[in-house]
Amino acid sequence: MRRAITVLATGPQTLIQDLGRPGSAHLGVPPSGALDGPALRLANRLAGNPEHLAGIEALLGGLRIRAESSCTVAVTGPAVPVTVDGRAVGSHAPVHLRPGAELEIGAPATGLRCYLGISGGVEVPAELGSRATDTLSGIGPEPLRPGDVLPLGNPAGPPTGADELAPVRAPDRLTVPVLLGPRADWFDDPGAQLAGGEWTVSPQSNRVGVRLVGLPLRRAARYAETELPSEGVVTGAVQVPAGGRPVIFLADHPTTGGYPVIGVVRPDALPALGQARPGTAILFRPAGQYSDS
Amino acid sequence: MRLLRCGTDAVLVELDTLGEVAAVRAALAAAAGRGELPGLVELVPAARTVLACFEPGTGGRQRLRAVLDHADLEHPPAGAPRRVVLPAVYDGPDLDLVARTAGVGPGEVVRLHSEADYTVAFCGFAPGFGYLSGLPEPLRQARLDSPRERVPAGAIGVAGEFTGAYPRSSPGGWRLIARLADTAEPLFDPLRDPAALLAPGDLVRFEVAGGNTS
Repeated sequence: MRRAITVLATGPQTLIQDLGRPGSAHLGVPPSGALDGPALRLANRLAGNPEHLAGIEALLGGLRIRAESSCTVAVTGPAVPVTVDGRAVGSHAPVHLRPGAELEIGAPATGLRCYLGISGGVEVPAELGSRATDTLSGIGPEPLRPGDVLPLGNPAGPPTGADELAPVRAPDRLTVPVLLGPRADWFDDPGAQLAGGEWTVSPQSNRVGVRLVGLPLRRAARYAETELPSEGVVTGAVQVPAGGRPVIFLADHPTTGGYPVIGVVRPDALPALGQARPGTAILFRPAGQYSDS
Repeated sequence: MRLLRCGTDAVLVELDTLGEVAAVRAALAAAAGRGELPGLVELVPAARTVLACFEPGTGGRQRLRAVLDHADLEHPPAGAPRRVVLPAVYDGPDLDLVARTAGVGPGEVVRLHSEADYTVAFCGFAPGFGYLSGLPEPLRQARLDSPRERVPAGAIGVAGEFTGAYPRSSPGGWRLIARLADTAEPLFDPLRDPAALLAPGDLVRFEVAGGNTS
């Protein structure tokens, strides 16, 4: 029988994710992929996998699976209770599951998304080179439901020991480095507006973007009524819709957007935004000139 | 041409016309094909811009500037565009509206739309949705005053300087003049290779198909 796990219970959103499908934005295809990429990579390393294999992204935990064959698993992301057949085993460490063993991920005390790496990786069919579920465009596997049987690939190597510091605590306040541009000139004193404000993460946030509530960003008078023809946007773009309340684009963002992007978040600050709960305070630390020519 | 910084690893090239966008996209794609833009991950044309994204630390932004400095944008490389023929049934709900607005009969709208040669200027809005340039002047019309909540998959519409076909059902404000015939290949199928029937630079024609009903 093929190696597999069965999903027994899911939390509010439980998705297959890998490192996404960058390279197809010109076809209208978002990058998608794990929001906390380093956590998925770590889960894979702990389970003895290459970092890019598909695992499970469990929003607010709540995932219970049964191993249908012998496998090694690891749970990463924020600190979270993990049990095997009711016995606590802890996160951020490789755990061996015998056939029939049940693994349960509880609810994380901080942060949003836990990652489950499984030896061999989840091997559902790839779409445009990736197994990630793209919640915006519907590419990739359906969100997981109880009863789903997920085939696994063959294990590549032995599980490694815990090779990194254990769980990060998602902070209540995040300072986010932003490089100004490409459309910073659409705003009055963009650096000062970003540096001087404070926003909080809205409950309307999702894998498409972190929506912020707080003081609206003011456009420069000469751009007050201007419409921007849609243009390509990158992950981490801080887009400012007409109402002035910024949205930080995450992995499932649309490939083009018709509102000005005041700045772009430094890539290494994105994983923490994927773990920022509603109510988290966001401070921007802007840097850089906004025009290149 | 303006080069705008877009984070640490991307550049947004801003241009004045759709023609310049096509030329810059073609020049950058050709340079990438020659290995002159290592680390290029995405090349995303839009209405007045081309976005180029690079792998971190590959120095692509400097190379991009050098490529553009030496590119002859008056004579962009032709590349190897695909030629796509889309069979269309001209029975859209806005066919009469488009005809009235253009001051012609519906038959003339069909003739104008199906005899024109189009180019995929860019994609977006949904995977596989191509914005096709080359729309005859009389068919260049405003969007509907209030968008439809649901446009069926395969609907063919016009808006501004573009025409295009909806790969799947979605809200939409384009004036619908036709639909893809049942014999048309899907515009987007993530399990097919290539997944998208249309990519920027491809050449497209619509062909009047019989009155098959669905």
